Amino acid sequence: MENLESLLKQGLNAVEASTDLKQLEQVRVDYLGKKGHLTALLKTLGQLSAEERPAAGQRINQAKEQVQNAIAEKKERLEAEAMEARLASESIDVTLPGRGRDAGGLHPVTRTLRRIEAIFGGAGYEVAEGPEIEDDHHNFEALNIPEHHPARAMHDTFYFNPGTVLRTHTSPVQIRTMENGEPPFRMICPGRVYRCDSDLTHTPMFHQVEGLLVDRHASFADLKSTIEAFLRAFFEEDLAVRFRPSYFPFTEPSAEVDIEWGREADGSTKWLEVMGCGVVHPRVFENCGVDPEQWAGFAFGLGVERLAMLRYGVTDLRQFFENDLRFLRQFR
Amino acid sequence: MKFSEQWLREWVNPRMSSNELVQAITMAGLEVDEVEPVAGAFEGVVVGEVTAVEPHPEADKLSLCRVWDGRETLDVVCGAPNVRGGLRVPLARPGASLPGGMSIQRTEVRGQTSNGMLCAESELALSDAAEGLMELPSEAEPGADLRQWLQLDDQSLDVDLTPNRSDCLSIRGVARDLGALTEEPFEDLVPDPVPATHSEIPSIRVDAAAACPRYVGRIIRNVNVAVETPVWMKERLRRSGIRSIDPVVDVTNYVMLELGQPMHAFDRAHVQGGIVVRMASEGEKLTLLDGQELTLRTDNLVIADHSRPVALAGIMGGEGSGVSEKTRDIVLESAFFDPVGLAGKARAHGLHTDSSHRFERGVDWRLQRAATERATALLLSIVGGEPGEVIEVVSEQHLPAQQTVHLREERVNAVLGMTIDRTTAEEILARLGLRVVHLYRDGWEVEVPSFRFDIALEVDLIEEIGRIYGYNRMPVTEPEGRLRLRAEPESRRPLDRVRDHLVALGYQEAITYSFISPERQKQVTPNAEGIELANPISADMAVMRSSLWPGLLETLAYNQKRQQHRVRLFETGLRFERQGQAIEQEGMLSALLSGPVASENWVNGNREVDFYDAKGDLESLGAMLGQNFRFARERHPALHPGQSARVYSEGQPVGWIGTLHPGIQKSLDLNGNVCLYELSLETVLNGHVPHFKAFSKFPEVRRDLAMLVDEETEWAAVENVAREAAGELLTGLRVFDVYQGEHVKEGCRSLALSLFWQHPERTLGDAEVQELLDGVTNALSTRLGAQLRS
Repeated sequence: MENLESLLKQGLNAVEASTDLKQLEQVRVDYLGKKGHLTALLKTLGQLSAEERPAAGQRINQAKEQVQNAIAEKKERLEAEAMEARLASESIDVTLPGRGRDAGGLHPVTRTLRRIEAIFGGAGYEVAEGPEIEDDHHNFEALNIPEHHPARAMHDTFYFNPGTVLRTHTSPVQIRTMENGEPPFRMICPGRVYRCDSDLTHTPMFHQVEGLLVDRHASFADLKSTIEAFLRAFFEEDLAVRFRPSYFPFTEPSAEVDIEWGREADGSTKWLEVMGCGVVHPRVFENCGVDPEQWAGFAFGLGVERLAMLRYGVTDLRQFFENDLRFLRQFR
Repeated sequence: MKFSEQWLREWVNPRMSSNELVQAITMAGLEVDEVEPVAGAFEGVVVGEVTAVEPHPEADKLSLCRVWDGRETLDVVCGAPNVRGGLRVPLARPGASLPGGMSIQRTEVRGQTSNGMLCAESELALSDAAEGLMELPSEAEPGADLRQWLQLDDQSLDVDLTPNRSDCLSIRGVARDLGALTEEPFEDLVPDPVPATHSEIPSIRVDAAAACPRYVGRIIRNVNVAVETPVWMKERLRRSGIRSIDPVVDVTNYVMLELGQPMHAFDRAHVQGGIVVRMASEGEKLTLLDGQELTLRTDNLVIADHSRPVALAGIMGGEGSGVSEKTRDIVLESAFFDPVGLAGKARAHGLHTDSSHRFERGVDWRLQRAATERATALLLSIVGGEPGEVIEVVSEQHLPAQQTVHLREERVNAVLGMTIDRTTAEEILARLGLRVVHLYRDGWEVEVPSFRFDIALEVDLIEEIGRIYGYNRMPVTEPEGRLRLRAEPESRRPLDRVRDHLVALGYQEAITYSFISPERQKQVTPNAEGIELANPISADMAVMRSSLWPGLLETLAYNQKRQQHRVRLFETGLRFERQGQAIEQEGMLSALLSGPVASENWVNGNREVDFYDAKGDLESLGAMLGQNFRFARERHPALHPGQSARVYSEGQPVGWIGTLHPGIQKSLDLNGNVCLYELSLETVLNGHVPHFKAFSKFPEVRRDLAMLVDEETEWAAVENVAREAAGELLTGLRVFDVYQGEHVKEGCRSLALSLFWQHPERTLGDAEVQELLDGVTNALSTRLGAQLRS
């Protein structure tokens, strides 16, 4: 029994000296195992008197417990260290780029069209589409632009033969919808249109959205609110909007719409033309079998690239169709 | 229509600044396109009189001039060839400043003192004419400030008129509108008749009364065409963008600008026999004033004499019949040509003149006599002469009918969306010269004046009321409508989902032109019957695309030239093809892949894209759309014959996929692999509504099989046989390895497939799975000659 103290001391030292879990386990076996030093001591208790035995047994058990606790503590510490070491060894450079794929993107015209469709869609305007090679009737005649009308000169028309043209606007889609349906109508017609014109500010193909509302009552005042609300929603700005009398054969009264766009050199408001609109001309209704005494309507049209240019700060129209990836990627 | 502000203000002069005036005109619907000062900014330039000219002793091309400026005589060195004694010219004295900021100082020119500078028109930014000094008329008072003397504090307004407003193709018309808009009084000009001083009258015969319902002519004898057009008239013409020609032509142009009536003056000596207004005969020749010889058609209206056409009516005069310096007597023409009859005729000959522009849009059909009187009075005051009687040949039945329009108050309010009181409406009509001829309980009967060609319907009058009342003064009200529910069929896939899917796969959307070069078209779709434009903008945009691939290929080439090598593009749009008599316009989705699979990175090896990358993307799209595409080896002229397939959906061909044909790749000078695919949108966007099927709770078993097959045997054949043999418990079949090379017999390839079985009601036993597997092995071996690979 006299060497209990030194055994305990040795045992605790051995625990302390262990540098890994394997060594620590050996220490446990050496001191606490079936044949361990402290276990062996317990077996010598028989040599003691019955009076001494309980106290001695208690001392040995206390020593065993001390070593056990020391081992547990040490184990926890060693495990924590091992985890730390593992984590340290598994550390990576999180700033290196990932294995992801490259992102694509929509063309700015599509992006703009979606926005326009969403704004009008919210008020129940449906999207209608139609052919791009059109007949003279739908592109001109039905829209109150007879042959040799000077208004035809406003459209530099691509044609295939005298009766077949590339549509110069998306208004023919409105004609087709009215011919084939019954009022009321609320629709927008997005799409490609073509004019035989190419210079710094014109491309022979561009996109338009034309809108049409036909109902029992639809006035110029209604048109004004629709246009104003659209432009303010589109630009997300409380823009000043003005309506300037103009002429389109298919609407009357007709107006060009200008928005406030900065200031002129002299400090006055700079106005920028962005849309055309008007009250549907009764002849257009008649051409589509809609009674102009029973129904009223308004229509409007805008150039998508023009709005996209203003919205995104693009200055060269032609870039929309060059499809330079360095241009396209900026509209993600 | 370009004119001077000063001139307009002589007709109607609202109290507003120039800027306000421009705004007002624009807001009346007469859009002012451009405003430019009629002269450059200069100061201190006066009228000088050259009293003596001597050659410069040191320089051949310079002269020493003595110039009287009203106070003193100055020595000025001048290099202009037209300088001469007695000439009155603009003189910039020391201290003057010229346009562009040049300031004039006393200086020495080759040893001679020069006290200022004599100016050319270009130096004062009056015109581009730089050849020689500006010559002022003799009534210009030496010493007078040039700006004041020529009233140069003025600007030219260029109004871009819409084709309906022919009435504003004159100062008078613009003034009328401005007066109506600003409520300023507008006083019309009613020219006094000029009495005849002799009895000679032109012989006029109108054979084409429908095209020329009114023809007015007058002879003026003994005119002096050698005189100069007065400065005031020259200046007004100049400020309207019209060059001074001679006093007679200047007067006819002046009246056209002032009243809107195009006129013509013939040299009476060159009109043989008399004037005949008739249709041309086929092939008849006419040489125009500008020297161009026309071959006429029977729908051309001409002014002829008894031997030949002398003018293309309403468009341009002929050579040799107009006024020249030898002219003594003139025949003035002032006619009304029917707009419909004249429409398109100038254009058909490649012509467009101030005259044809007006006649096509409509000239006041009551104006001809008044314009003749006005021109006569002006001519007499400039070139003198003796006027004869005015002769008018008119066909009342062919003149436009005097129309009236019934205007209902209720309609005015309904269309504009506001209540305009009767008095306001009536005042607006009156100010525009729209006379109310009858009052109704519900509105008015309004007479359409002869100068308005754009008013025939009630709504035309409503527009006028709205326009003059002011669009921006009108209220803003929200439209009311029915709240109709609507829904797209659930099976219909929106195109936007397809676009978004491709964007997520890394594609960039492109939009290319719908017309392409016929050569490229022929290369990519040689069998398509192309649709050619009659008037293409250029040779490489001449035919409607029958495929979207050429546009994407050109886009790839464009980007490769700009160091963009990893390219994934898609486009949606129509393709066009002639199908017999019909034109097919089919919506397509097309895509292109080229360059490395991923952009350069530190992780993966970076191989080039190939057929299977394209196919993977297409399958991914199919999966998203709920479409099970089938691919069959078929050839397409644009694709590599060994790497192309037709895409089928439910047995119908819906598209193509493949690697670009090396021949086309070479001709476009493209680098690297290029893969393409396309789908017809109509078939693809029609999906289906999902229908749920219960799945088994019991485990799925997997067995792998490696088979050696002939290298010509396609995977699709192997798959079909395996599926058939595997029975209805098969839940999955995949190929997980394809190998050819070492350890595989030549002419063969090894396909490793895994098969999955599952029973709906119990766990499958090993023995029965082995039996199923053996069935597959046997079927592959008997039907395709495949061997189990050991």
